[in-house]
Amino acid sequence: MATGIRDKVAILGMGCSRFGERWDMGAEELMVEAFLECLEDAGIEKDKIEAAWLGSAMIFVNVGLSALPLPMALRLPNIPVTRVENFCATGTEAFRGACYAVASGAVDIALALGVEKLKDTGYGGLPNMGSNAGPSRFLQMPNITAPGSFAQLASAYRAKYKINRDDLKKALAHVSWKSHKNGALNPKAHLRKEISIEQIMASPIIADPLGLFDCCGVSDGSACAIVTTPQIAKDLGKKDIISVKALQLALSNGYEAQYNEWQGDHFVTTDICSGRAYKEAGIREPREEVSMMEVHDCFSITELVTMEDLHISPRGGAIKDVMDGFYDREGGLPCQVDGGLKCFGHPIGASGIRMLYEMYLQLLGRAGKRQLKDPKFGLTHNLGGFPFMNVCSIAIIGKYGA
Amino acid sequence: MAGIVSFGAYLPRLRLERMGIMQSMGWLAPGLITAAQGERSLCYWDEDALTIAVAASRDCLVGMDKSKIDAVFLASTSLPFADRSNAGMLAATLNLKEELSSADFTSTQKAGTTALVAALDTVRAGDKKQVLVTASDHRLTKSSWFYEMWFGDGAASLLLGKENVIAELLGSHAVTLDFVPHYRGSHEKYDYNWEERWIRDEGYMKIYPQAISGLLKKTGTNIKDVAKLCYPCFLGRAHGEIAKALGAAPQQVAGNMHAEAGECGTAHPLILLVRELEQAKPGDKIIVAGFGQGSDALLFQVTDRIKDLPKRSGVSGSLARRKPEKTYTKLLKFNELIETEMGIRAEVSNQTALSTLFRDRKLILGFVGGRCQKCGTPQIPSQRICVKPGCGAVDSQEDYEFADQPAKILTYTADMLAVSVDPPAFYGMVEFEKGGRMMMDFTDCDAKAVEVGVPVKITFRKKYFDRERGFTGYFWKAVPQA
Repeated sequence: MATGIRDKVAILGMGCSRFGERWDMGAEELMVEAFLECLEDAGIEKDKIEAAWLGSAMIFVNVGLSALPLPMALRLPNIPVTRVENFCATGTEAFRGACYAVASGAVDIALALGVEKLKDTGYGGLPNMGSNAGPSRFLQMPNITAPGSFAQLASAYRAKYKINRDDLKKALAHVSWKSHKNGALNPKAHLRKEISIEQIMASPIIADPLGLFDCCGVSDGSACAIVTTPQIAKDLGKKDIISVKALQLALSNGYEAQYNEWQGDHFVTTDICSGRAYKEAGIREPREEVSMMEVHDCFSITELVTMEDLHISPRGGAIKDVMDGFYDREGGLPCQVDGGLKCFGHPIGASGIRMLYEMYLQLLGRAGKRQLKDPKFGLTHNLGGFPFMNVCSIAIIGKYGA
Repeated sequence: MAGIVSFGAYLPRLRLERMGIMQSMGWLAPGLITAAQGERSLCYWDEDALTIAVAASRDCLVGMDKSKIDAVFLASTSLPFADRSNAGMLAATLNLKEELSSADFTSTQKAGTTALVAALDTVRAGDKKQVLVTASDHRLTKSSWFYEMWFGDGAASLLLGKENVIAELLGSHAVTLDFVPHYRGSHEKYDYNWEERWIRDEGYMKIYPQAISGLLKKTGTNIKDVAKLCYPCFLGRAHGEIAKALGAAPQQVAGNMHAEAGECGTAHPLILLVRELEQAKPGDKIIVAGFGQGSDALLFQVTDRIKDLPKRSGVSGSLARRKPEKTYTKLLKFNELIETEMGIRAEVSNQTALSTLFRDRKLILGFVGGRCQKCGTPQIPSQRICVKPGCGAVDSQEDYEFADQPAKILTYTADMLAVSVDPPAFYGMVEFEKGGRMMMDFTDCDAKAVEVGVPVKITFRKKYFDRERGFTGYFWKAVPQA
């Protein structure tokens, strides 16, 4: 009988590069920046790492195929390295690979590293895939962009809950406003400027109803984690041990995209994935028990509806919670404390691990000006793909034994 | 008896005001003012001779049994492929059976009537029950030229057969003459035109009368007994004088639709014929003639059955579905006659895997999905395992046509980031009322008409053009119904 991942794996160390338009660095140098911090934090020599997982998503503008760029950049000693890709859940997938290796007893110490170099395309936004999306998909899918894909949530959410356009737009503006406030406190964030609700509301439309400030940064960056067992972490002299409480994934199967039931207003996968994650972590009342979250706020509307799929806000109740400041840094359940994808930035392959990095810093009391009071559980969430066909990943970490 | 079983037509909804051309280019070509009246039909950026042929053919096949069609003829001088059966593509979009003859009729402006004659000959030969003839044109001209004003884009379609005939063929007559009012070399983009006065005097005024009087003689018909004469002629005065030369009164001549659409190439005689059929009474005799390197003339007599034909859009419906357009530069951009900056985002690989296209042909060209024979759920694309939760039947899908299914908008956006010839790009999830849904591009879209729950109609359009390889890719899009 499976018993889940809870408290079987500890985070020995973490590192994260500065995110942003890193004209100064390629993917290889960004990996080194994150890795050196991580290795120092872990307090081990790199030859103790027995296996590694590399996450990178946009291969044609990034490191390319195979896992080779990781051992080549970090000069790892001929260990097994695997490259994973699963849309925006890529970073969390790399972390999951490393955790499962440790939990299975196959290795004692494993590395998970995510990296993305997006700013070598020559234009804004994510790369346009064209026929590289796959020869069959190319023939039938609209020329869909990320903002255009997620913007559709707004149309369906408004229709379902009979919300007028302005009320939703204001709530979306609050989502971004809050993340900009948080990002301003983060020295590693891509966007470090507070902006007003009025500025957000007046920003040019990208994909109706989303404006420029409803969209997250397209960034370069890397983040990594070294994981081991709680016992080895103790043996290595770690006092405050941060352990993995839950690691879950849920993927669409065509139900949303092809079967006439889902109304287009939320994420079926997140709804299911979060339920499984809370069960694995032993959390019964997420609204009370989860201390903080880093969710996949690729667009403000994504964050808003995700609050319901995570069973934090009731169905149709996210707008009220957002406007009440429940998800602000001073609120009941602080969300995007590090600025989120919105302001920390979104180098796809690195994002899942960057979210864990913030939770890890917060749990260890190392989050500086952003530090929350005595957090217990931190939840991270990624949503890759489209509202109608996606990959959802959720991780929960906390103090060992909590 | 052989004749017309059904008819249909399609004009793009955009109507460019000819004065718009004058206002943009009159400084260069002040003579344009003499032709700058009325409006011409204009293909949207994702329409071409094939897509409008598909639209006209679907209109023609309303209420018809597609399984009876044994051949498809497509006439045009502006088809997207020089070597790939365009008629074969048309047949695939209509999801006709594979055991079918198909042929493109091209290289002359009379190709529409020539295809019609060939189709009727085929039907009379008896081997094939019904033949679908569709003529369509989307001709390009250089900018700032009278022909840019005279031409329109449009298509018409006729189903020919021996049963349930709404207009019986009484006879046809053909003339072939190497008279060249204009020509277009094999690899040229534009026509080269000779002087209109010569075209009028030696062409229209002589060749039409030769073909039509030949037809009258052959069928023993007195011109006075003909209700309508349908023949294109973009020279307004000559149009009337041809009838006069034949001894016909002005009211016997079908208008050339210059004011509201312009001349639609090979499709034009068929468009004029369809327009007359829409208002014809049983017993009416109608002559249709085309003009190119010679002329074809055909005489039909309308039967009682015309009253039973199910309602269709036709020419009158197309004319009513009109969106005025003043901006001349849209004609230039939609037809790729000017080079505009589209950004690096547009520099994407769009190679078509022909093997994939063939495997997926029913979906891509026919918009055919599946319906599970176990649970009855329609789904698109069709996959081997049924999508309905709890069903999961394997290899249970039967073909299911989605193109004519009622549908509505479930989600949508207007995207300014996506590369588009006419931003924003509208797209969203389209839900079919009887089951099935798909993320689809929207087209012919008015921003105000787009909202959750709004009904859509499904239309066949260009999806992409692979400039590097000269390949046009097509798929189906949703048109929100205001």
